[in-house]
Amino acid sequence: MTVESTAARKPRSSNSSSGAGTKRATAKKAPEKKTPAKKAAAKSAAAKSAAREAAPHDAPQHDPELVQLLTPEGKRVEHPEFGIDLTPDELRGLYRDMVLTRRFDAEATSLQRQGELGLWASLLGQEAAQIGSGRALRDDDYVFPTYREHGVAWCRGVPPENLLGMFRGVNNGGWDPNSNNFHLYTIVIGSQTLHATGYAMGVAKDGADSAVIAYFGDGASSQGDVAESFTFSAVYNAPVVFFCQNNQWAISEPTEKQTRVPLYQRARGYGFPGIRVDGNDVLACLAVTKYALERARSGEGPTLVEAFTYRMGAHTTSDDPTKYRRDEEREAWEAKDPIQRLRTYLESEKIADADFFAALDEEQEALGKRVREAVRSMPDPDPMSMFENVYADGSALVDEERAQFAAYQASFADSPVAGEGK
Amino acid sequence: MAVQKLPIAKAINESLRKALETDPKVLVMGEDVGKLGGVFRVTDGLQKDFGEDRVIDTPLAESGIVGTAIGLALRGYRPVVEIQFDGFVFPAYDQIVTQLAKMHARALGKVKMPVVIRIPYGGGIGAVEHHSESPEALFAHVAGLKVVSPSSPSDAYWMMQQAIQSDDPVIFFEPKRRYWDKGEVDTDAIPGPLHAARTVREGSDLTLAAYGPMVKVCLEAAAAAQDEGKSLEVIDLRSMSPIDFDAVQASVERTGRLVVVHEAPVFYGSGAEIAARITERCFYHLEAPVLRVGGYHAPYPPARVEEEYLPGLDRVLDAVDRSLAY
Repeated sequence: MTVESTAARKPRSSNSSSGAGTKRATAKKAPEKKTPAKKAAAKSAAAKSAAREAAPHDAPQHDPELVQLLTPEGKRVEHPEFGIDLTPDELRGLYRDMVLTRRFDAEATSLQRQGELGLWASLLGQEAAQIGSGRALRDDDYVFPTYREHGVAWCRGVPPENLLGMFRGVNNGGWDPNSNNFHLYTIVIGSQTLHATGYAMGVAKDGADSAVIAYFGDGASSQGDVAESFTFSAVYNAPVVFFCQNNQWAISEPTEKQTRVPLYQRARGYGFPGIRVDGNDVLACLAVTKYALERARSGEGPTLVEAFTYRMGAHTTSDDPTKYRRDEEREAWEAKDPIQRLRTYLESEKIADADFFAALDEEQEALGKRVREAVRSMPDPDPMSMFENVYADGSALVDEERAQFAAYQASFADSPVAGEGK
Repeated sequence: MAVQKLPIAKAINESLRKALETDPKVLVMGEDVGKLGGVFRVTDGLQKDFGEDRVIDTPLAESGIVGTAIGLALRGYRPVVEIQFDGFVFPAYDQIVTQLAKMHARALGKVKMPVVIRIPYGGGIGAVEHHSESPEALFAHVAGLKVVSPSSPSDAYWMMQQAIQSDDPVIFFEPKRRYWDKGEVDTDAIPGPLHAARTVREGSDLTLAAYGPMVKVCLEAAAAAQDEGKSLEVIDLRSMSPIDFDAVQASVERTGRLVVVHEAPVFYGSGAEIAARITERCFYHLEAPVLRVGGYHAPYPPARVEEEYLPGLDRVLDAVDRSLAY
């Protein structure tokens, strides 16, 4: 490893006690706050209008429910309930994380096009949601990802090339989940939310103050397992954060094919809070996730965070989004790019200079090179390895079939063991 | 008090109690397993003695039960979950097949899945639909799962101990119509291997292989056959995945004939796998094709006709006669 992730270089620096924590302001009240009755009415009207709307992929900043701390134009704004105070180092760190994650992702897409990977699921556009939430975590917290959480993996210090094994076809997971508290990628949609909930139930039984975060998407929100995980976590008050990246598209199906209410509102029916955050605003994602994690730690149970973002690329390298969505939609979201808005802010506030960006460009290239070389030199597994780890305690059936397969392989004339006698 | 006479349900209860006492990581979870003690009272009294934190009444959601058990196992716990009835397991089938069975291999051996899934199974109790099924082949077909079924109180006690100690997921099929059959349980005994078959009656003319509720039927059939001068050997397979083919092979090499008996439908059932493998292993010893006795390729019938569907003594003896006629 020639390039260290920010996690490895300066562990937890962005969420240490430097005032980076989220504070739920109690003194100030938002001017738009209404009485509970009025607020409910307003939300209900909003829900109705969302349900009627044909294409609800509007600018998220017009939604009063959306937590935002950095506008698409790179302006720092305050939110009445969620605040954040980061050092210049931490701000540059978040920028670096997002840039390197995007570079890694682009490299993987290229490697797929070159035939080095069988498939790739790009996170393009979702960097802020993943880096913001990922940097909110403590080392002892535990992450249950989907198959697109490359940015969260980066924050956990998972070597990026480890993520590529399953996409290259050399393994079906391939890392030790406990070495970074980052569970294996889960392909079947939504299943991992139950694993996260069970893990969180175990954390509570242990009396630990760690938290668990489950990632999933707008498509997964329709899965029964996600509903069941909401039920279980609420009933047992499990210390889990449900982090839904609503990237507007589940392959070809827009969010309105999944829900008639904004997704974060689903939480209310289960008895825990739901918050919609600008998923392209890394500061807001960090602040809201830290708040949700703190709730979990302090025994207040689950929180649903809906990061309102956009899948700028295809679902995977096998997908063709031109079949189902308009270029204008993508262009509108590109104007809200998570990386550009932080760059604008860093430049206008003189937090980062040209030297910083130049050094980062070099680091990007080094990362791309490293990933390319790692993938190209990744060996195919030994065919005999398919019989490994089927069972922890072994199995007579596997032993028998392994022996049959070995004998079959050895029966070929060019086999290394052929001709050695039996 | 090492040797007690217990029904199967109570033997499992004692085994769970022992596991809860000896390993603080063992949890019991499922629908109605706490205050009620389960609909068959298999977990009776456990929540009272070990608390709601370890004997957990869950929401009515089978996928949720197994999915959270997987998470608890990842955290280092050893959950023993109850699926209330055989026909209710399918909402959890995805979590069992897609997640539980494959996790150890996907993590290249770095995580273990010590989860036991208890399923009361089989018919013969006059129940309404979805309460009498035998879906064991649907689990035995999946690599990564181990599938067992005890037929006696002693096996119920010891196989549960071993299933809980196993680092692999074990689907533990409990023969619900035998829950109240009593037998001796020696809690100080040294048990044999979990997946080894056991010869429960020796004979020389034909081998009957069965497991779970059908072992008793086969023993009765062997006793009846003896009156007609036929000597039947009865093997309790105990484990449907893996299957102790060596034990069956050794028996068939002596008897030359094999009849496999289970409640589950014959088509794609475990009898088919046993027939195929034993035919390969014992081709020159066989005096007759391996025959199977089991359920039909029809939905489990209404209770008033289930006795016609389930293999009974006469159906077993009919197959024995057909085999001996070769």
